Amino acid sequence: MPATACEVRVLAHTTVAPNIRLLAVTWPRADKAPHAGQFFMLRCWPDTAAPLLSRPVSAHSWDAATGTLEFLYEVRGQGTRHLSALEPGDILLLTGPSGNGFDAAAAAAAGRVAVVGGGIGTAPLYQLVRELAAAGKKPDLYTGFRDEPYGIGRFSPLCGRVHVATDSGKVGYHGLVTGILHPEEYDLVLCCGPEPMMKAVAAKCEAAGVKCLVSLEKKMACGVGACLGCTCHTAEGPKSVCKHGPVFDAKEVFGR
Amino acid sequence: MSDLHVDLLGKRLAGPVIAASGTFGYGEEYADMFDLKVLGGVCSKGLTLNGKYGNEGERLFETSAGLINSIGLQNPGVGHFIAEELPRMLTLGTAVFANLGGGSVEDYEEGARLLDATAVDFIELNISCPNVKQGGIAYGIRPDSAKEVVGRVRAATKKPLVVKLSPQAEDIPRMAAACVEAGADALSLVNTFQACAIDIERRRPVFNNIFAGLSGPAVKPIALRMVWQAVGAVDVPVIGLGGITTGADALEFIMAGAAAVQVGTASFMDPRACGRITAEIGAWMDRHGVKDLSEIRGCARA
Repeated sequence: MPATACEVRVLAHTTVAPNIRLLAVTWPRADKAPHAGQFFMLRCWPDTAAPLLSRPVSAHSWDAATGTLEFLYEVRGQGTRHLSALEPGDILLLTGPSGNGFDAAAAAAAGRVAVVGGGIGTAPLYQLVRELAAAGKKPDLYTGFRDEPYGIGRFSPLCGRVHVATDSGKVGYHGLVTGILHPEEYDLVLCCGPEPMMKAVAAKCEAAGVKCLVSLEKKMACGVGACLGCTCHTAEGPKSVCKHGPVFDAKEVFGR
Repeated sequence: MSDLHVDLLGKRLAGPVIAASGTFGYGEEYADMFDLKVLGGVCSKGLTLNGKYGNEGERLFETSAGLINSIGLQNPGVGHFIAEELPRMLTLGTAVFANLGGGSVEDYEEGARLLDATAVDFIELNISCPNVKQGGIAYGIRPDSAKEVVGRVRAATKKPLVVKLSPQAEDIPRMAAACVEAGADALSLVNTFQACAIDIERRRPVFNNIFAGLSGPAVKPIALRMVWQAVGAVDVPVIGLGGITTGADALEFIMAGAAAVQVGTASFMDPRACGRITAEIGAWMDRHGVKDLSEIRGCARA
């Protein structure tokens, strides 16, 4: 389904953790409803202001009944700093929904499912576990954070076991999430996080012969498959992360 | 109500704004963004006879009011385009410009021959891609090499032939004249400006190719100067592009003599930019009692 573009209104904007913000907007296009793993290009600054490009942010949750769309994002640079100044009632431009996203129905049918997130990469996984729950599946959740975990409270009722690892050892397992994940306990692993973490998870899955889907992040200009700025080289040739992804079979993108 | 149509080489375009090559996919990605029928046309991604994977490494880098890209003509090849993308493009309800990029002169010729047998409205010959060594830029710098490739492509197709010039051309008026002498029916300019960025943490160039192409509002005044020069050098239609972001920007190019304009990077700021810019041109014309763009085309030169 092709993406669309429209101005939307901010409903709420809160700080979840240092530099982590939760933005809720009304998405008026029910005919263009996003699903887990899809993303939007966000812009709330004029064409004449920096940065030039809009910023891709994954959908954190989508509530069809109220038309409420949430984004959980990390304030990292110029674009996200502009976003962080948004207040309820403000208007921003959304382009989307973009990308293939996760196929929750297929995942729910896959048997035992682990959902693995690293840092802000946990953001799209909340909508994923919501959709899995709706399909009657409670996955186990594995999350890794640098220090203080955030946003996990919402996951708990929708998940089986919830595992937390922190680099600092402040909460949960002291180390990387790959230290507590045993892919052989699952039939499918769904992962989003920093690329080195996803590569490590994918390697463990491959060794265990378990299918692993990863959600990639790349710099994007158009966000809709037009500019070919976010191409990744796959076993099947070049693909656009924004259009053919961001969710790929790890073997397809980390194979080479 | 103002009339925004443009007559270009025997075709009637609905409006003066054409979506620039490489910024609009094959058009269908934007079909649910705004009414594409208001457009003057859509230029395909730069096509080469055989498909290309494009460049490795970083492909995008933002600068002040600009974007540097190093895509490297990633495309599925002319044959794939004709079989897969073109049929859908022809249903968009707007003119189709097939942007033909380079390789050898023979590749250009063969690509043009293949496109000649299709329903594309125009061929836009890209002798100006700065991002691949065989991307045509070699032909886009010196008038005598441009003349050769334009002449050979001219002989291979009866389609209206628009030649897209590079700002790296050593002399814009001479380059424009040489292309027309060799058979170009119209010109479009400018492609991106060769540029560079360095990652100071890695202490290395951002792009594997070191140099890449700069577009966006930053280049507009230079592009406008070059369009002005080209209009003064030839008697064929000139399509102006380079950093156009607003209706006012587009009107500057038209007042400099451009027959029509292309909009590229602005579509990355707002995917509806081409539609908005068209509406802004119309609103300006209404405010000023201008009924037809021909009343103001080139007026700044008087």
